[in-house]
Amino acid sequence: MAQASVTETRQSSWWHRNQQQLTPWLFLAPGILFFLFYVIFPIFQSFNLSLYEWDGLGQAEFVGLYNYDELYYDDAFYTSLKNNVIWLLLYLLAIPAGLFIALFLNQTVTGIRLYKSLFFFPFVISQVVVGLVFTWFYDPTFGILNVLLGAVGLPPMNVLGDENWVTVGIIVAGLWPQTAYCMILYLTGLNAVDPEQIEAGRLDGAKGWRMLWYIIVPQLRPATFIAFVVTIIGALRSFDLISVMTNGGPFGASRVLSFYMFEVALSEYGFRMGYGAAIAVVLFLIMLAFIAYFLWSMYKEERAR
Amino acid sequence: MRSMLKTSVAAFAMLAAAMGAASADGLTGNLKIFLDTSNPAPRATMEEMIAQFQEKNPDLTIETTVIDREAYKTQIRNFLTANAPDVATWYAANRMRPYVEAGLFEDVSDLWDGTELGENLASTKGAMTIDGKQWGVPYTYYQWGVYYRKDIFDELGLSEPATWEEEKANCQKIIDAGKKCYTIGTKFLWTAGGWFDYLNMRTNGFDFHMDLLTGKEKWTSDKVRQTFANWRELIDMGAFIDNHQTYSWQEALPFMVKGDAAAYLMGNFAVAALRDGGLTDDQLDFYQFVEITPGVEKAEDAPTDTFHIPANAENKENAREFLKFVASADVQTWINDGKHLGQLPVNSKSSVDQDKFLEQGFEMLSSNSPGGVAQFFDRDAPAEMAKVAMEGLQEFMVKPDNLDKILDRLDRAQERIYK
Repeated sequence: MAQASVTETRQSSWWHRNQQQLTPWLFLAPGILFFLFYVIFPIFQSFNLSLYEWDGLGQAEFVGLYNYDELYYDDAFYTSLKNNVIWLLLYLLAIPAGLFIALFLNQTVTGIRLYKSLFFFPFVISQVVVGLVFTWFYDPTFGILNVLLGAVGLPPMNVLGDENWVTVGIIVAGLWPQTAYCMILYLTGLNAVDPEQIEAGRLDGAKGWRMLWYIIVPQLRPATFIAFVVTIIGALRSFDLISVMTNGGPFGASRVLSFYMFEVALSEYGFRMGYGAAIAVVLFLIMLAFIAYFLWSMYKEERAR
Repeated sequence: MRSMLKTSVAAFAMLAAAMGAASADGLTGNLKIFLDTSNPAPRATMEEMIAQFQEKNPDLTIETTVIDREAYKTQIRNFLTANAPDVATWYAANRMRPYVEAGLFEDVSDLWDGTELGENLASTKGAMTIDGKQWGVPYTYYQWGVYYRKDIFDELGLSEPATWEEEKANCQKIIDAGKKCYTIGTKFLWTAGGWFDYLNMRTNGFDFHMDLLTGKEKWTSDKVRQTFANWRELIDMGAFIDNHQTYSWQEALPFMVKGDAAAYLMGNFAVAALRDGGLTDDQLDFYQFVEITPGVEKAEDAPTDTFHIPANAENKENAREFLKFVASADVQTWINDGKHLGQLPVNSKSSVDQDKFLEQGFEMLSSNSPGGVAQFFDRDAPAEMAKVAMEGLQEFMVKPDNLDKILDRLDRAQERIYK
């Protein structure tokens, strides 16, 4: 008995005292290590690489800020940047659209589950398939869009071949699944809306838009926040649709930063790792602005509680 | 065990030598082959060819990996540096330069210098040479030219043109009949590169064209402007199908199959696709791109596909034997025939299959291309320049008025890329 207590005190010395603090770190350790190695480390690597000129094969040559200087004079870079901004703005339409579809579907009718799944369907389909479907839809010779335009007496248009329309055309394709995603977020949010508050609002004479704006929407704040985050990130990640629908064309008019980076550094004709890294750094800084905002507003919310 | 194996190999080699058989007999060890021939017909051909090589070398362990043709173009950089195969497919000329300069391809000049094989492959030696050394062997090439609907030409009373004036006169009649002269799909840009290759080689000649693509001539020069002026004549006539910037080259095929467009400037691989589309050999025919500036020697595009040995390969001797086998006259004859690749053999001792397009192409390349043989726009120019330039060509085809802006841009790109 005495022996056991001696071992116990010896064992309990350091580990026992700090167990409470250490355990979470031990559990977190694998995650943190992977995050450091696969996310944080490559970020600094990209920063470093953007100061070099390197074809991915031979010797890297240090060129200082030359790559950034070149970005400054690169028309294609500004086209991509402009398209990124258009993507960010128009893609946000998915949030109100998702909200209205969710409100519409939030009722008890026979078979409502089926309707809900049908509306959710585009989000399940791969982006590549969405891209292909819309490419055929827009096809200037065989596509249904021009048939429809013709039926209402409008001239035919080549959406994906016109440098002014192409980005909008791709975004519309992207909105289809993204709206479904926002819709599902809001549907879950609507389940948590407090019926008593609605009741109270109704007694005070709130109806229609006022009811929506002052009673429902504030209660959906968490859902709106998540929808906003995923939509912004989705807009900045837009790559597969562009790759499938236009391959960046016509003459580079539909490129965004992520696609341009891929083209410059990794595609068939790309051998400029340093330049690609410089574009990646710019894209990272844009994303950082949003991420910082999200973190800040989450922090604020925690404090308010 | 090992020495026994060695002696048996030696004995076998001696036996083989005594029998006067090919030296490729009886290889042992491993051979890892990476192929980009992912389309059905080339894939089957390659597999058949490798099976033959296996049959000749029953003790050799061959491992073949077929990678999607487009994906291969980006993956090659990874697998040449890490985990290199013993044999890999690629393309000739400037397209192999980055890997040669990075020391990732093996120098195989020993297969070329003073050998019978080298003599038989002489026509493609230039395209395989960088810094005076050869870096691989070709296995197939194909001609480019104008494939046209003979039945439409007959119906409109047209004949194969030989000069630029005749070409334009033909085209005008086709347009008057409510059709387009040429189908093309420029979504992936390179098809526009083909048009520029021909227009520039016919307007200014092969040497000027090569100087332009290797950065010795300026894009804003008057000669280049003349090429674009010629091109613009066709564009202003409405010779090309509308909305070509939205189509791939395959998506542009139906216009010709349905008879909405009369001709297609393409590589010979289009023939198989057009036949699949339902056109018979009576409806289809071929002519060499017409003369534009009288007196300029005609030159042709004939892209060459190649086999290389990565510098990091483990079984280079086996790989060399495989390269010799691929380029040998017999193998060249059958893999390029109409039932297999349907292209032209590179070995001068091979025979060309009985196919009217292959025969015409072979005839054209061997006797009617005195100016020289180019690889293709994006294989002769450095990759980066090719990309920027082809984008400009596509823009020009859609918006010819932007020409000045485009040429200025290309000039700037040229200054940066060729340092």
